[in-house]
Amino acid sequence: MNNPPTTEPVEHETEHYAHDVSKHVRGYLMVGGTLLFFTALTVFLSYVNFGSQKANVAVAMVVATFKAGLVAYIFMHLSAEKKLIYRILIFTAIFVFGLFWLTYLAWYDPVVH
Amino acid sequence: MDAHSHAAHDPHHHHDEAHEHHELGFFRKYVFSTDHKVIGLQYLVSGLIFLFLGFCLMMLMRWQLAYPGTSVPVIGKILQNVLGPGALTNDGAGHPGLMTPEFYNSLGAMHGTIMIFLGIVPVAFAAFGNFVVPLQIGAPDMTFPKVNMASYQAFFVGGVIMLVSFFVPGGAAKGGWTSYTPLADIADQGPTYHVIFNGQTLWLIGFIFLITSSLLGAVNFIATIIQLRAKGMTWMRLPFFVWAQFVTAFLLLLAFPPLESAIVMQLMDRVAGTSFFLPSGLVVNGAQVSISGGGSPLLWQHLFWFLGHPEVYVLILPGMGIVAEIIANNTRKPLWGYKSLVLAALVLGFLSFIVWAHHMWLTGMGTVVSAFFQTTTMIISIPSVIILSAFFISLWGGSIRFTVPMLFATAFLPMFGIGGLTGIPLAFNSADLYLHDTYYVIAHFHYIVAPGTIFAVFAGVYYWYPKATGRKMSDFWGKVHFWPSLICMNAIFLPMFLQGMLGMHRRWYDGGQGWTLATEKVWGLSGFHWNTPISIAAWVMGLAQIPFIINFFWSIRHGEKVDDNPWEATTLEWTAPSPPPHGNFTTPPVAYRGPYEYSLPGRAKDYTMQTEPVQPDERKMPEPTMSLSH
Amino acid sequence: MEIPYTVTARPDTGLWNAKVGIWLFLASEVMLFGGLFSAYIFLRLDAQPGFWPHGLLNVPVGTMNTAILIASSVTVVLAWAALKMRQYAKYKFYMALTILCGVIFLFVKLYFEWPQKFDHFGAYIKPSALEKYEPYLGNKHLLSEGLPPRVEITGHLHNHEALHDPKIKEYEVGLDPIYTDPTNKEMDRPHFLYVGPTEKLAKIDKADVERATMFVPSHSAFFATYFTITGLHGLHVLGGVIVFVYMFLFGGIIYRQNPEHLANRVEVAGLFWHFVDLVWIFVFPLFYLL
Repeated sequence: MNNPPTTEPVEHETEHYAHDVSKHVRGYLMVGGTLLFFTALTVFLSYVNFGSQKANVAVAMVVATFKAGLVAYIFMHLSAEKKLIYRILIFTAIFVFGLFWLTYLAWYDPVVH
Repeated sequence: MDAHSHAAHDPHHHHDEAHEHHELGFFRKYVFSTDHKVIGLQYLVSGLIFLFLGFCLMMLMRWQLAYPGTSVPVIGKILQNVLGPGALTNDGAGHPGLMTPEFYNSLGAMHGTIMIFLGIVPVAFAAFGNFVVPLQIGAPDMTFPKVNMASYQAFFVGGVIMLVSFFVPGGAAKGGWTSYTPLADIADQGPTYHVIFNGQTLWLIGFIFLITSSLLGAVNFIATIIQLRAKGMTWMRLPFFVWAQFVTAFLLLLAFPPLESAIVMQLMDRVAGTSFFLPSGLVVNGAQVSISGGGSPLLWQHLFWFLGHPEVYVLILPGMGIVAEIIANNTRKPLWGYKSLVLAALVLGFLSFIVWAHHMWLTGMGTVVSAFFQTTTMIISIPSVIILSAFFISLWGGSIRFTVPMLFATAFLPMFGIGGLTGIPLAFNSADLYLHDTYYVIAHFHYIVAPGTIFAVFAGVYYWYPKATGRKMSDFWGKVHFWPSLICMNAIFLPMFLQGMLGMHRRWYDGGQGWTLATEKVWGLSGFHWNTPISIAAWVMGLAQIPFIINFFWSIRHGEKVDDNPWEATTLEWTAPSPPPHGNFTTPPVAYRGPYEYSLPGRAKDYTMQTEPVQPDERKMPEPTMSLSH
Repeated sequence: MEIPYTVTARPDTGLWNAKVGIWLFLASEVMLFGGLFSAYIFLRLDAQPGFWPHGLLNVPVGTMNTAILIASSVTVVLAWAALKMRQYAKYKFYMALTILCGVIFLFVKLYFEWPQKFDHFGAYIKPSALEKYEPYLGNKHLLSEGLPPRVEITGHLHNHEALHDPKIKEYEVGLDPIYTDPTNKEMDRPHFLYVGPTEKLAKIDKADVERATMFVPSHSAFFATYFTITGLHGLHVLGGVIVFVYMFLFGGIIYRQNPEHLANRVEVAGLFWHFVDLVWIFVFPLFYLL
C-alpha cells in the first residue's frame, strides 16, 4: 500500500467504454419511457386519497424518489461510478437530511406547545 | 541521490522555459492570472487590506465604547463630511464627529462581515490554500485554473459591493453580521432609501458573490487534492496543512448553499415583498405591516447557522494547518499523533454540520431537540482538544527554534486553548441563557479568531514569505510586531469575559443595566470603566501592526535573500525555486516518505525532504496507515 | 504546462478532473435546493389551516413541462453516447433537441404559466367575515368532512382599479369554479384539467378583506416559495441551455482536436442537466399535486 501508485493515464479504458455505450442507448430510451410513465402515475395517484395528507405526501415522495433514483443511477451513470463519487454523495445526503430533519425537529419540539 | 538535483531550479533551464512560452503582458500575468500562486497572492493582499479595514471599523467602535457620547477626534470630522449626518453628527457643544447609533450598528455588522468573509476566509483558506497546497502535493497548478481566477474575481466584486454599501443613503447594513429577520427584512427600507442601493440589500447581493467565490474555490481545492497529488504522495503522506484545507473546502462546499438559499429568500422579502421570514400580524413602528405573513423568523436562523457553525471551523482549521507545519519545522521532530490529527479533523468536519442550533438556545426549542444539539456540541469539543493536545505534545522533547513564525505558532496554542475552553459554558443551553449575547461570547470567539487564526496567519506569512519572494522578512521587526500584539490581544479580550459575566450586552451602542454594571466599580476600583483600557489596548494593537505592514512591503525588495529552503523544511514546496515558476516543477516530483521526517536517526542533516528516496539501509520511520490510503 | 487528468482518468481514483469537479458542484447544488426545500417544509408545516392552497397551479401544463424535461434528459444522454461512438452528426441532432426542449420549458413557464398566475386574483377574507361569504366558501361542508377551511376567494378580477383606488369599495371577481359550487364533494379535491374563472360574479367588500393581491410572490407563503423555487430552477435551466448552445456551436473545434475531450465536457454538462431534471421531479409533485 505504500508503493507509489503509477500515475500514467489509462488509455485503453475509454475505448472499452465506447463499445459498451451502444448497448446502453436502448437502456436510456427505456428508462426515459419509464420516467414518463411514472410521471403520469404520480399525477393519477395524486387524485387518490390514501387516508391522510401525510400518506398522500409519502406516496408522492416515494414515486419521486424512485424517478430521481432512475435519473441518478442510469442517466448520471452512478451505476458505473467510482467509490469516490459515492462517498461525496453519501455525506451530502446525510447533511441534507440532517438539515431537513433537525429543522423539522426544532419546529416539532418547542418549549411551549 | 540528492533531492536538489531533482528540483527544477537550474537557472539556464529557467530561461529556456521563459522563452518557450511567450511572455504574458502585465494584465494577464498579475491581474487576470490563472496561476494559483498569483491568485493566492491576490487573495492575500486583498484579504490583509480588508482585515486592516475591519480592524479600523472596530477601532472606531471602541471610541464610542470608551468615551460614550463624545465626538471621535480628527477622523470624526472627516467621516462626517464623507458619510453625512446620518452617520455622525455634531455633539451638544457643536463639535462634529459624534457617532449615531445607526452608524455604530453598521460598524458592528460590517466589522464582523468584513473580518470573517473578506478577511479570514480569503486569507487563511484561499490565499494560503491557493499558494501552498498545489506546491505541497507536487502539482503544477489547481485542476481548474480558470475557475480559480473566476473565484477571485467573484470575491473582488463582492468586496467592492460591501464597501460601496457604506456610501449609499442610509449607510451600510446594520442588522449584525447575522442579519436576523424580521429586523433585517424591514431595515433600510422607506422613503429615504433606494430599493436596491441600500445597505442591507447590497450586503445580501455582495454576499452572493462571496459565496459563489467560496464554492468555486472549494470545488477546486477538493478536486486538486484528490486528483493532482504527485506520484508517491499518498493520503497519509500529505502535510496536515493539506488535510486541514481539504476538510475546510468540504465545509464551505456543503454548508454555504443553504445560507445562499436563505439570502435569496431575504432578497425576495426585501425586493419582491414576500414573507419568507415575516410572521403574520407583524407590527412595525406601531403599524401592522401589509404583508402576506405566514413566514418564520426562525427559518432564517436555522439556515444561517447551518452555515454559521461550519463557518467557524472554516475559520480555525487552516490556522491549525499552518501551525502544524511550523511546529514540526521548528521543533525539528515529527508532529505527534499525525493519524489522530487527521481523524480529528475529519470528525470535526462531520460533526460541525449537526451542532448549529447551539447558536439558537434562546429561541424556544424544546428539550428533545435541545438535548440533541447539546450532546453533539459537547462531543465536538473532543476532536478540537485532540488537535490542540497533539500540538502541545509535539513540543515535548523538541529542539525548539523561536523563529518569528514559531513565536506566533506557539502563542496560538494557549490562546486557542482559552478560546476553545471558554466555549464550553456556551455549549450548555442553561448556562447560555445567561451568557448569550453578552461580551462573554465576544471574548470567546475573538480569542479563537484573533490571537488564534490571525496569529496563525501572521505565522504563515512570515513562514512562506521566502518561498513567494526569495527573501526573508526582518526578524527584528517581526518580534516588534509579535510581542505588543500578544499582550494587546489579551488586554483587549480577557476583560471582556468579565464584562460578559457582569451582563454587559453585545451590540449595544449605549445604555442598559449591563452597561452600568460594566462601568461600576470592579474589584474595589471605584469608577473604573473596563471599556477604556480595552479600547486603549485596541488602538495600541493597531499601532503594533505598522511594523508588520512596513516589513511586508519593504522586504520584497530589501529583505535578506535566502535560498530555496531557508527553514530547512521537509515538505514539497521547499524543493521548488523561490518563487516557483509557472508550472512549479519542471519534472513532476516524487514523494518517497512522510511529511515530517525531521531528525531521522543516523543522518547528517536533521531534516529529510519528502522527495528523498528511501535508502536500502535506512532505519525506517514508521509510517501511519489508514484504510483510506492508496 | 499541462494539468494532468483533464481528459484521461487518474488510475487510483478512476476519474478525470472535471467529473470530480461537477459532482462536487452538484453536491453543493443539492444543499442549495435542500435549503429551499427545507424552507418549503417549514413554511408549509407552520401554515395556519386554509392558508396553504391546493389546486391553484395548472397541472396539465406542469405535467407536460415535466415530460419535456425528462425527454431532454434522454436526448442529452443520447448526445453524449453519440459522441462516445464518434457519431458527430447524431450528437448535433440530439443536442439540438435538448436545447429545444429546454427552451420550450422556459417558454411555457415564462410566457404561459407565470403570466397566468399574475393575472389571477385572490382575496383573503377576514376571520370575522367568513360567515358572510359562506355561500362561496362552503366551510360548514368542509368542517363536516374534516377538511381544512377555505379562507380565500379567487378568480378573475374585473375591476383592476380597485387594487389601487381607495374610493372603490369592493372587488368584482369572476369566481373560480370551486366557489360557484362549494358544497359539492367533487370540488373537495382539485381537478386534473385546469378550468379558469367562471362568469359568475361576486362582489367582495374591501372591508371584509384581510389582504388581496394578484397571484404574485408577495401574495402568500405558497406563492413566495413557488415563484422562488421555480425561478431559481428556471435560472439553472437557462444556464444549462446556454452551455449546451455553446457546445452545439463550438463543439466541432474541440471534437477535431480531441473527441474524447468533447465527450467528457458534454457528459459534465449533461450531469448538470440531469440534476436540474432531478430537482424538477421533486418540485412538480410538491407544488402542483400536493
